Amino acid sequence: MSEKPKIGLYWCASCGGCEESVVDLAEDILGVVEAVDIVFWPVAMDFKRADVEAMEDGSITATLINGAVRTSEQEEMVRLLRRKSAVVIAYGSCAHLGGIPGLANQFDREQILRYVYEEAPTVSNEAGTRPSTEHRFNGDRATLPSFHHAVRALDQVIDVDYYIPGCAPTPKLLKQAVEALLTGALPPKGSVIAPDIALCEECPRKDSKPEDLHIERFHRPHAVMADPDTCLLAQGIVCMGPATRGGCEALCIKGNMPCTGCFGPTSRVRDQGAKILSSVAASIDAEEEADIIATLETIPDPIGTFYRYGLPGSFLRKSLSQSS
Amino acid sequence: MHRKEESGETGVPWRPRIVAFFCNWCTYTAADLAGVSRMKYAPNTRIIRVMCSGRIDPQFVLDAFTEGADGVLIGGCHPGDCHYSEGNYKALRRYHLLRRVLTGMGIDERRFRLEWISASEGDKVKQVINEMVEQLQQLGPLDLPTERMRLDSELEEMRPRRSVIDISEELKEAAHV
Amino acid sequence: MKGNGEIRIGFYICHCGSNIAGVIDVERVAEYAGTLPGVVVSRDYKYMCSDPGQDLLRQDIAEHRLNRIVVASCSPLLHEQTFRRAAEAGGINPYFVQMVNIREHGTWVHDDAEYMTGKAMDLARAAALRVYAHQPLERKQVPIKPDVLVVGGGIAGIHAALTMADAGKHVYLVEREPTIGGHMAQFDKTFPTLDCAACILTPKMTAVRAHPNITLWTWSEVEKVDGFIGNYTVTVKRKARYVDEDLCVGCMECIEACVYKRGKFDDEFNVGLSKRKPVYIPFPQAVPPVPVIDAGNCLHLSKGKCKDTCVEICGDRKAINFEIEPEYQEIEVGAVVLATGFQPFDATRIPYYGYGKYPNVYTALELERLVNASGPTGGTVRLPDGRTPERVAIVHCVGSRDEHYNRWCSRVCCMYSLKLAHLVKEKTGAEVFNFYIDMRAPGKSMEEFYNRVSTEGVHLVRGRVADVYAEQTDEKKTNGQIGRVVIQAEDTLIGRIRKIPVDMLILSTGLQPQHDSEDIRRMFNISCSAGGFFLERHPKLAPVNTFTDGIFLAGTCQGPKDIPDTVAQAGAAASEALALIDRGVFELEPNTAYVLEEECSGCKSCIPLCPYTAIAFEEEKKKAEINEALCKGCGTCVASCPSGSIRQHLFEDEEIYREIHGLLAYA
Repeated sequence: MSEKPKIGLYWCASCGGCEESVVDLAEDILGVVEAVDIVFWPVAMDFKRADVEAMEDGSITATLINGAVRTSEQEEMVRLLRRKSAVVIAYGSCAHLGGIPGLANQFDREQILRYVYEEAPTVSNEAGTRPSTEHRFNGDRATLPSFHHAVRALDQVIDVDYYIPGCAPTPKLLKQAVEALLTGALPPKGSVIAPDIALCEECPRKDSKPEDLHIERFHRPHAVMADPDTCLLAQGIVCMGPATRGGCEALCIKGNMPCTGCFGPTSRVRDQGAKILSSVAASIDAEEEADIIATLETIPDPIGTFYRYGLPGSFLRKSLSQSS
Repeated sequence: MHRKEESGETGVPWRPRIVAFFCNWCTYTAADLAGVSRMKYAPNTRIIRVMCSGRIDPQFVLDAFTEGADGVLIGGCHPGDCHYSEGNYKALRRYHLLRRVLTGMGIDERRFRLEWISASEGDKVKQVINEMVEQLQQLGPLDLPTERMRLDSELEEMRPRRSVIDISEELKEAAHV
Repeated sequence: MKGNGEIRIGFYICHCGSNIAGVIDVERVAEYAGTLPGVVVSRDYKYMCSDPGQDLLRQDIAEHRLNRIVVASCSPLLHEQTFRRAAEAGGINPYFVQMVNIREHGTWVHDDAEYMTGKAMDLARAAALRVYAHQPLERKQVPIKPDVLVVGGGIAGIHAALTMADAGKHVYLVEREPTIGGHMAQFDKTFPTLDCAACILTPKMTAVRAHPNITLWTWSEVEKVDGFIGNYTVTVKRKARYVDEDLCVGCMECIEACVYKRGKFDDEFNVGLSKRKPVYIPFPQAVPPVPVIDAGNCLHLSKGKCKDTCVEICGDRKAINFEIEPEYQEIEVGAVVLATGFQPFDATRIPYYGYGKYPNVYTALELERLVNASGPTGGTVRLPDGRTPERVAIVHCVGSRDEHYNRWCSRVCCMYSLKLAHLVKEKTGAEVFNFYIDMRAPGKSMEEFYNRVSTEGVHLVRGRVADVYAEQTDEKKTNGQIGRVVIQAEDTLIGRIRKIPVDMLILSTGLQPQHDSEDIRRMFNISCSAGGFFLERHPKLAPVNTFTDGIFLAGTCQGPKDIPDTVAQAGAAASEALALIDRGVFELEPNTAYVLEEECSGCKSCIPLCPYTAIAFEEEKKKAEINEALCKGCGTCVASCPSGSIRQHLFEDEEIYREIHGLLAYA
């Protein structure tokens, strides 16, 4: 029994969907549990940090970490897990690219704290109390982790061996990765375990995309009834499919929603947002500068649109404090 | 090895550095013309020649900022004059969308400029560069590399920068020669 | 670099006499460059472009086994080819050369020596890092098809076609009007020699028709152009003429026999000064001498009801055929000469000149027809009321040199205005006033012509006309005559406002691009200069070439010019086209884009971006495919490919990133 590979799972700044996706293995999970020893999985099983600390360095065969790194605690934990694990896998968009929490990199820490604890319409906090990293009461000391200035993808904090993309990764991808781990048929270090070809390749609407696309204006997905059989870009809905790794089997498209880019760019692209921006802008149907600006204004939130999952891992990473 | 020592600027007060992407047929040629006409202008620009402004991948602009440019200038043919017929329109469209991303991320839009400069407008090269240098002087350094280092100093241990290409090994190797 | 073997770079910084070395400390730069990755030789040298400089390169390539070269000197637009050739001669791939522009972009524009030395190091580093990643490239050769297309059958097109046909090439000459001849056919006499336009033009027109190497298609227009240098596929629409060119013998009896006994419709050739029938020939010497039927006005074609007297008279010749449909011909040519000409400025655009308001205000082209012996009045200059004018004014620069209309000088108006002054005076004895801004008479025999006309008693008034208005006259006195118009202008030579009443006013309208020049430009993928005339590749050194290889320019489509210059340019365009065709092959620059087939997702984003239709969607593989021969190497698709699956030779992402990183050198 002790020959079984040891697996750890951990979450950082994430929604929990990645953890769900492990459970989504359904009956297959039984096979996995059979084949491996799960040595750390705070969401599902009762392990303590001390248990991990007690392990030998490098003794965990592989740890899957999901979520971005936002707090000192998350940083501490991933460093600990890095030390204890032979292989670290960034699991899901947040660990891979920064993910949805990474959109917070548009703002400063101060802006975020002020809004959340003072300005948000649902907040009533007249004293302006903010969480502090340390609080003493009656001789006792309570601490909270500190809130970093930026959200980081996992590999901006520790070395990462593999990436399993997706928000959340599909059970199929997870199964493939686990199988690779069990059989030792691992790709080169640093690989993203998903096809290195954009989503359009496997998109059921591929044939409906015209060869002479000229976008007259953009529509936000909630504002129109998209034809369920036609390429969404051809309907003026920004679809990140052309700039996003495939492997998800076009789940969102099948739900008549555009790809928002959760699988990240292909290996040939450094900045997914910049690339789709380049392609989408070039394809608009406007020549005069004023028309160009007006057409592009129909994308009200370019950062949120093009960098929905990729902001921390992008060139710009984090907005500057003030205009400078 | 820090960039300021590298470029022979040690001890010299900060001067903005502009990375300029000029199209071969119009703006690069215009800059040649400015040279032939011996027009003196601010020397702060480093020009990268591309065949067409349509080749300018927004990633190049972002990379230049990330690597320490204080400003990025795109130069292309006037509308209707593109050697490749309409590459400049593509550049203009990308420019406007990218400009919004940059400003959204706190980078002043005066740091990113697109100008149509035809092969005969040597004087415009001079005027645009002088103007931009002056504006950047007022804005001060952008210096994203230092800014990023400062940001990462909150980590227990800093990670090597994730760069689009890795030339550090090559540079290190060369230093040993 | 993976797969590139050991990289051995030679770095050379040129003194360019004192042009560079006078500002930049070249020795320091060379010393620094010697420390850069891969650099095994680093030198400064007096003149790199000289023969000894190039020899130095070749020797170093042999001696130090160099496989990459960086030359820091002048603009690559000047000497890139020189150093590529030198590298090739030394035995390495010519695309292993990278230049650093430290003269035009350096010492000629900046003189802070310390700063410039540092900047030269930045640029050297960027180039060395870039060239490190260069891959060997090959120039592809494409064969050139032997036939030529000439678009436009004015004097430029005629001359170019004849020149090339005489050289043994097959020429397609396409003209959209029913006859060739262009504007020149409408002119009376030509300055400065005053020989008659028709006398010198019509022999060339008939020569075109008779030439075995010329396929002449009049009443035809180019519809579509595909392909690239040496291999253009052009679709020509042959509009329905309703008179079969092969069967018509040119007897013109059909025109006589038409149910319209007299002309009823504006005669285009006479600029509306006379009327023609629905079946007509523009002018007697038209080539081909075949009538054309104006479908909009022909009773048979427009109403379906006519006695068809024309068909009847044509009889067994059966040349008239109302069933003729437009025909589309597809031809393949190696080169194209564009000779699409100009259109005169529309005088109604300047209301205060009164054109269209006063019946005695004419354009110069109308006057050309009026003074012409075969024109609507048989060559007599008369006012609409039949009188001979006693005083005539000619206004120069109508629509030209005017920031509200066209900024350019139309170049021919001064001279043709003097010619018209001479002809009007000769024909009517009238007193003639020419209002000019500046008298422009450059070129052979032009000043002499100006002197001649000015001594003939023509009043030359230096001043811009500010207003034209009807003279106030006593109603009874006019007696049905057309009233005079008063020309008001400041005579800048005497510093006085002058008001001169005249019987006839002639507006010397300028030249401007054809109304559809933009469509032509797009179709042939060439550029326009400011104003809309077609842009030549170089104003001095390549005046008939365009930026699109294999497309040449002749005549006024490139800019206003007179007949001698037009013919000279047409000859030049013809010889450039001949040189290309006789070479038989053309070498393409290798900086084309290419698709990584495995990686392409077939998203089709790139396809509409290519102005050359070089990217096609391969239906079977469901991937994009780039035709290298069609790709011009702009890189627009490369910058756009959302999955990074299109790359460009010589402008690879990696090469550009290395350049950026080298420039900024943050390590």
